[in-house]
Order: sequence, then structure tokens, then C-alpha cells
Amino acid sequence: MKVSLRVNGQSQEVDVADPSTPLLYVLRENIGLHGPRFGCGLGQCGACMVHVDGRATFSCVLPVTAVAGREVTTLEGLMKDGKPGKLQQAFIDEEAAQCGYCISGMVMQAQALLNKKPNPTDEEIRRHMEPNLCRCGTHAAIMRAIKRAAVA
Amino acid sequence: MWRPAIAPVTANAAANADRKAIDRGAELASIGNCADCHTSPNGAAFAGGRPIPTPFGTIYASNLTPDPDTGIGSWSEEAFRRAMRDGVNREGQQLYPAFPYDHFTYATDADIHAIYAFLMSKPAVRNAVPANDLAFPFSFRPIVAGWKLLFLKRDGLEPDSTKSAEWNRGRYLVEGLGHCGSCHTPRNALGGEKSGSAYAGGVAEGWNAPPLNASLVTAHKWTVDQLAEYLSTGWHRLHGAAAGPMADVAKNLGRASQDDVRAIATYIASLSPAAEGAKAAVPAGGKVLKDQPAEVVAIYNGACAKCHNDRHDVGPSRAVSLSYSTAVHQAESANAVRVVMHGIESYRTGGGPYMPAFAGILTDKQIESVVQYVRARYTDQPQWTDVTSQIVKARQEGAQP
Repeated sequence: MKVSLRVNGQSQEVDVADPSTPLLYVLRENIGLHGPRFGCGLGQCGACMVHVDGRATFSCVLPVTAVAGREVTTLEGLMKDGKPGKLQQAFIDEEAAQCGYCISGMVMQAQALLNKKPNPTDEEIRRHMEPNLCRCGTHAAIMRAIKRAAVA
Repeated sequence: MWRPAIAPVTANAAANADRKAIDRGAELASIGNCADCHTSPNGAAFAGGRPIPTPFGTIYASNLTPDPDTGIGSWSEEAFRRAMRDGVNREGQQLYPAFPYDHFTYATDADIHAIYAFLMSKPAVRNAVPANDLAFPFSFRPIVAGWKLLFLKRDGLEPDSTKSAEWNRGRYLVEGLGHCGSCHTPRNALGGEKSGSAYAGGVAEGWNAPPLNASLVTAHKWTVDQLAEYLSTGWHRLHGAAAGPMADVAKNLGRASQDDVRAIATYIASLSPAAEGAKAAVPAGGKVLKDQPAEVVAIYNGACAKCHNDRHDVGPSRAVSLSYSTAVHQAESANAVRVVMHGIESYRTGGGPYMPAFAGILTDKQIESVVQYVRARYTDQPQWTDVTSQIVKARQEGAQP
């Protein structure tokens, strides 16, 4: 079946065999956006995070047909004029990745916070980032990156 | 009704307690869930300040640490016992019954001594609690004396020699320190527990506290073993997960004496001797439904069935078949809506079963259609009529991040 999507400001029509296919699979396999990653597939780890209508969302437990007509933003959508956006650049500057697997989701989760609250406190950042897991332990660098983007 | 003040004591005299009593007091305080109300979010344990919403206004839980000025450091054991039994503070003022002294009044001297010793052993935390925000006439403390004449009873808990010692111990804990009826018994317009409706089901922070009597509809009749496991772990594979305020209760009971938890389970199981009659009769995989909208089936398959997979494989999220879920069988949709929207996020800090919060993933319309689909597929109960209003309420309560 055909599904019409709005992804990073562009209209996309994709063809899926099963209407319950997770949005994550469609973004990666049909559209070729590899920012969102498959981590747990259970909505536990946050590696698959994208924005739907501006809210950070697990795309692995969101059927693609449930986002028809809603605005989807992936890590790629945060680029500005072909260059990393402010928050992405802050993650690069702080070297806030070790293996990097979680970082796409971390950036999306943090961006959702900064969109609502441009200058969050440390406590607000910690609470907001709680759903996103990082096994390498780069949390301190991630905190610095978010704060750098907040004040820059 | 005027009560005399009890002379203040110094912290040094109060801290004179034995280790055994302190340890026992810690377990009893877990059964009493004291810390749940008396700790504010991100605040020090037992230092109070958490706002407790009531139909009459907001009450702020008091500071139970031994700080002499803002806590109970100047309270003698006698003053503490009077508060637990009579709902009066050291100075002689009436305490509001959000503090469940209508249950704590049954606690024995020895148990009150242990809890007092435990609280006095905690570090003193200076935390002045905000003044209550209650409308007149409820803001006038002496009217509580009238409430007590109606609802503070002390009789009816003499040991029943026809029942086992375990049952009697369980009843003492459930009716007393455990104060299960505070949530699981409906309340009248004055905020008292309705006599004659004990354990018929009530409310707790927007969630439904299901009935503990025979009116509970479940896929499996609760046994003592199942209740004991559920109460101490917050999960049972034939019943599902404790969520909302009950998740905290189970966390506390996991720290209590497991003999006491088993006694509680014994008594609770005895409240529903005929529950078999209310048994739900839907296969574990649910009914085969025809003519369901494809978009709703897609949401169910893509969002719910990844974990609730009907293969008896509970997976890392420990998701049971929805035909076993109490929330799905309840007369009101409050718990089903809340667990979908808020998820079971306590996993992140405390472990246990997990469910993502779908409030930020699905639209209100999608949530409504999928909970009704689950209701139709996994129960023989009629469709809910309150889903729209419960979703609005759950949004106001605020989804967890």
C-alpha cells in the first residue's frame, strides 16, 4: 500500500507491504535516512528518536500509517544549508560521542527540549534526557554539548 | 475540639533507640508507604513538602525527619503515638485525614515505637513545608474533630480465632499501617470511606484503584501465591504490572518483611472468595474481530503487539497478554488510558516492567481508537464511554518525559 508522508519538510510517497511497519524502517529503508537507528525495537533506548509534530518520539513503535499527515523531522532535518545545525555542531565540538550509536537520538531528544526551552537548567536537561540510553558513558560530554548549544 | 500540647523534647533524648527497633520500623514504614507522600519530587526522603491534591484543596505533607524546627525532632514518642492514633499534632492541633490515621489508629504500641525509632534515626533535614491551600470551611482545623466523630473508629479488629494467625496478621496490616482502603474503598462527599462498600474500588491520583472484593473482573482469580509475588515485585505473568501509584506501593512492599507481605496477600485473597464468577472468558490471543478500521489494527500491531505478543513471551518489557490485564477489564478506562499515555516509566529509575509513554507518540484520536480496539478484542465487556474525558484528564496531569 502507498503512504504519503511529510519528512524534513518534503512530501514523500512510500510503498509498504504491511501498514503496521514501523516508521523507523520506512525512514531508513524506503527513504534512505540513516540518522535514526534501530536499538531495542521496544521504545526503551531512544536510538530511533525523531520528531513528530515537534515532539521527540520513538519511531520503532510508531506504525508508518499512524504518521500520515503529520510532520516528521529526522537528524538530517536539523542541518542548516548543508551544514550541521547549532546543536549538532555543539555535539561535534564537545566530541560527545564514543561509538555514536545513541547520538542521533540524543540530538533529537535534546533539540525537542531546546525548542521548548532555550535555556534549560542542568536538572531539566537530565530529566528530559532520561529516556535515552548511552552504553559508552558519554553523558557528561552530552550535557556539555546541550549547554553549549543552549547558550551559543 | 481542643487537645493539649505535649511538651517538646530535645533531639538527643529522642534519638535514644535500639537498632532492632529501627530496622523493624523501616520495614513497617515501607508497608505504610510513608515516604511516598512525605517526600517531594527530588526532595530528601521523609522531608515532606509534597502537595497532596484532595477534593477540598491542597495539603502539603509534613516533614517527618527529626529536625526540631521544621520536622518532628521535638516530638516525644507519646506525641507521635497520639498523631498516629488520634490525628493530632504535638501542639494539639487537628491533622487533616489525608494522613490516614483512620487506619493508623489500629497500629500497636510496639509498631508505633519501631516507626518512631526509625524516623528519629534519619538525618534531620531542615525543610519548612508550605501552608495548606484549603477553601473555607476546610481551612478551619477544628472541624476535623467532627469528621473524626463520623469516620475515626477503633473497634472491630479484635483477632478472629476462627482464622489463621497469618490471616489475622494480614488483616491488621491491611486495615492498619497498609491503609489499602484509603485508595481501594470509595469515599463519600465528606472524604470518608463509605461504610458497607469496603474494597469496592476507589481512585488514586486519577488512576482507578480496582476493587479488592468479589466485584473485580479478572482473567485469573488471584491466589495467595500470586498476590504475594505481585505485591513484592509489582508484576505477575497472569495479571500484569502494577502501574501508577500501585507501582510505588509494590516497590515499598519489596523492601518489607516477606512474611508480612504473605500475610497481606492471605487477607486480600480472602476478600474475594467468589471472584471466580466474575472471570473473563476471552482466549489469551483475543477474539477475532471483523470490520475493524485498518489504521487502528495497524496501530495495534505496530505499537502494542510488538511487546504484548500473545505468544506468552513477555520479553524484556515483561508485557503480558492484554486478555490478562485488569486495566483492560475495568468498568472505567482510567487505567488503560493512563498506562498507554504515561507508560510505565518507573522502570528507568527502579527497574521492573516497562512500557513507553505513548502520549507523545500517538494522537488523542489514535489513543482512543486503540484502547477501544483492545477492549473489544480482549474482553467481553462493553465499549468504554469515558475514554475521551479520561484522555483530556491524563493530558492535564502531564505525560512523563
